[in-house]
Amino acid sequence: MTDFKELTILEALKLLEKGKISSKELVEETLKQIKKVDPQIKAYIYVDEEGAIKSAEEADRLIQKGERKKLLGIPISIKDNICIKGLPTTCASKILQNFVAPYNATVIERLKAEGAIFIGKTNLDEFAMGSSTENSAFFPTRNPWDLERVPGGSSGGSAAAVASRMGLGSLGSDTGGSIRQPAAFCGVVGMKPTYGLVSRFGLVAFASSLDQIGPFATTVEDTALLLQVIAGHDPKDSTSASVEVPDFLKSIKEHEKTSFKIGLPKEYFESEIDSEMAKIILEIIEKLKKRHKIKEISLPHTEYAVATYYIIAPAEAFSNLARYDGVKYGFRAESKNLIEMYKKSRALGFGKEVKRRIMLGAYALSAGYYDAFYLKASKVRTLILHDFLEAFKEVDLILTPVTPTPPFKIGEKISDPLQMYLSDIFTIPVNLAGLPGISVPVGLTSDNLPVAVQAIGPHFRDELVLSLAYQIEKEVNKKFVPSILSE
Amino acid sequence: MAISLEEVYKIAHLCRLEFNEEEAKVLTEELSKILDYFKKLQTVNTENVAPTFHTLKVKTPFREDEVKEFPYIEDILKNAPQLYERMIIVPKVVKTP
Repeated sequence: MTDFKELTILEALKLLEKGKISSKELVEETLKQIKKVDPQIKAYIYVDEEGAIKSAEEADRLIQKGERKKLLGIPISIKDNICIKGLPTTCASKILQNFVAPYNATVIERLKAEGAIFIGKTNLDEFAMGSSTENSAFFPTRNPWDLERVPGGSSGGSAAAVASRMGLGSLGSDTGGSIRQPAAFCGVVGMKPTYGLVSRFGLVAFASSLDQIGPFATTVEDTALLLQVIAGHDPKDSTSASVEVPDFLKSIKEHEKTSFKIGLPKEYFESEIDSEMAKIILEIIEKLKKRHKIKEISLPHTEYAVATYYIIAPAEAFSNLARYDGVKYGFRAESKNLIEMYKKSRALGFGKEVKRRIMLGAYALSAGYYDAFYLKASKVRTLILHDFLEAFKEVDLILTPVTPTPPFKIGEKISDPLQMYLSDIFTIPVNLAGLPGISVPVGLTSDNLPVAVQAIGPHFRDELVLSLAYQIEKEVNKKFVPSILSE
Repeated sequence: MAISLEEVYKIAHLCRLEFNEEEAKVLTEELSKILDYFKKLQTVNTENVAPTFHTLKVKTPFREDEVKEFPYIEDILKNAPQLYERMIIVPKVVKTP
């Protein structure tokens, strides 16, 4: 059988079609890999062994009958804040520890319709709040490149699962970088689509004006394929855009040799970046100069992005998490009266970071502080958005680092919330502006840790972002396989 | 400090959360540090700048007022902490006269 470590979704689809492998073999290989490496990595909260094998057998029946679907027989994992009917959806929180989703998220319906197989639910920072997956109420996930380091967050489980080949792809969610940053830390491709391109129905809401579901895979084309299946207007999500979804794989091929005007924001490159990482990134930029016009641009309000985000996101979270009250679902504490029930259920059910953000959000929205905090931040958000719109008058795409450092050690930043927040500096502005952004691996440090770059595009030009990422991938010409896989 | 212990308790009540003294003290310090960081926004000139609450220009979409099947009731009830037949039991909220 083909080396499973080298298999992409597109390659697997060809092999399945030709009958060289079966979906059941693919799924069994995935489950074997999970049994082998997940005790160390802990990417999965829940593995649906029975369901996955059953779906694989059904997929094989359809393949044999000659059915062709976009993801028929392909095993993927799903971040545990996305609802799959009948499976637990815990959001890595004690407050939803025993919650079983009563319906499928729209993205799940769409993946199912194209024959995808759900292996299980992956670990995350509780309610998607965090940048390291250390805030999971259950356990931290470890980076497959170095088990003493974080995989990033909040979609750390998804990124680690894909990097260690426990599945061929995954879906995560990104509110301030939660797909792109773990993708960078784990040496895989991760994309946050334009806000509104992918339905949020069935995604447990954290910050409604910032959240987006997006794909993880080992290649740009695989990522594009996953995005193709999940993208598009959904009447069940009133914030979903009525746009025509381009054919992403076709666009990637069409733009294989296109020369783009690429902007490098000076505020990003002048900030503190690990010197080895910066060297690797600048090397790839030099290589891109052969075909592309690279110029310096300015995004003057960059320095205000973290403060803006950490007012707006917690404010929206304060509102979205009010529903966890112990009444209709989730953890309910023993109590003598209603208010005690609310307070005890939430105090015992939520973790530290979640409570911190709910409190921040409440403060920013409260009487006397609303103008100075939430309203002010929302105005600065306009300025940040405007910076990007101005930049896109001069350039087609923007290229930046994803993180200021390589993956840090478990425990290193967890005791200083503000330090953790500041590390999201390159990813946050993209969510504030609602733009599409992708993280693509470009090299390894001398410690064998992945380094990535981020490509950002204008609203609803996701196909351009994917196209540049594909060109970068071809230029880099390297397979990123963590050492844990060669043991 | 940007926020006082007393304010932390007040806000905790608004959030329907509760903290013991130790937790509240730690939270006061952490939140103060974060709120101090937010002060830098005060230096940004936002005169005549409209706030952005959504990056997507959408209007509230409407649909026809048609009755549709809702097949999820049993699945929803499965998650209830306490059930009596198909009703969820909650603490008494009405004052007895």
